[in-house]
Amino acid sequence: MVVPVHYYLGLSLALFTLGAIGVLIRRNILIILMCIEMMLNAVNLAFIGFADAFKAIDGQIFVFFVMTVAAAEVAVGLALVIAIYRNRATVYVDDLNILKW
Amino acid sequence: MEYLFLILGAVALISGALVVFQTHPLRSALWLIVNFFTVAGLYLLAHAEFIAAIQIIVYAGAIMVLFLFVIMLLNLRQPEEELARPRLGLKIAGVTVALFSAVLIGLGFAKVKIRPVTEVPLGLGNTESVARLLFTDYLLPFEVTSVLLLVAIVGSVVLAKARLR
Repeated sequence: MVVPVHYYLGLSLALFTLGAIGVLIRRNILIILMCIEMMLNAVNLAFIGFADAFKAIDGQIFVFFVMTVAAAEVAVGLALVIAIYRNRATVYVDDLNILKW
Repeated sequence: MEYLFLILGAVALISGALVVFQTHPLRSALWLIVNFFTVAGLYLLAHAEFIAAIQIIVYAGAIMVLFLFVIMLLNLRQPEEELARPRLGLKIAGVTVALFSAVLIGLGFAKVKIRPVTEVPLGLGNTESVARLLFTDYLLPFEVTSVLLLVAIVGSVVLAKARLR
């Protein structure tokens, strides 16, 4: 009847790993931001799974806060992408090496 | 119930992999919308109806519209980006992250005793109980969140508007 919490944790781990690999191997800033969103979603999934397993509603409150922070992060991140594109005309992280020593 | 979970999880994993391995950011964004919808379905399976609705409204609605808007605003004329060359360091880093997460979760399995869930609790996940907790025990974080959103609005307007020379 009820899905065990291990399923939620396993899927959360897989999605998080997928997002982390995407952040590591992609060079487009937009896709990197999307992969970060996917990692945040994986963490939310673990929260929801535990909230269901422990019959506590606090996990859902934390998911609410994580979603708020994710929305703020995306807004600021996309504004940064636009600012970078205005100045450097690129969205590829390999071209943004001005801070590289 | 478990079959539904497995189907939704498989769709979530496939769409997530397509997000990572698509060449064009627009296609990645569209697959990410599919991923968000399947995750919302998983929230429904876990009796988190309010969070599922918020997931669809905020993630699949607002955030992805913002993403698509920026992708089309930039109007990338460069040739489509190919995947990064299969450098050894990146592969090692990816596998390390995967194994590290797996070990952490395994430690969690070893330490945490999961109580067996016997029945579906009444009221868990509906809007009323979430709101009751949000406006009593978590009132201060809730208000701090509004300040955070205000700061993000001001910051994004300043960043996207000002000509940084």
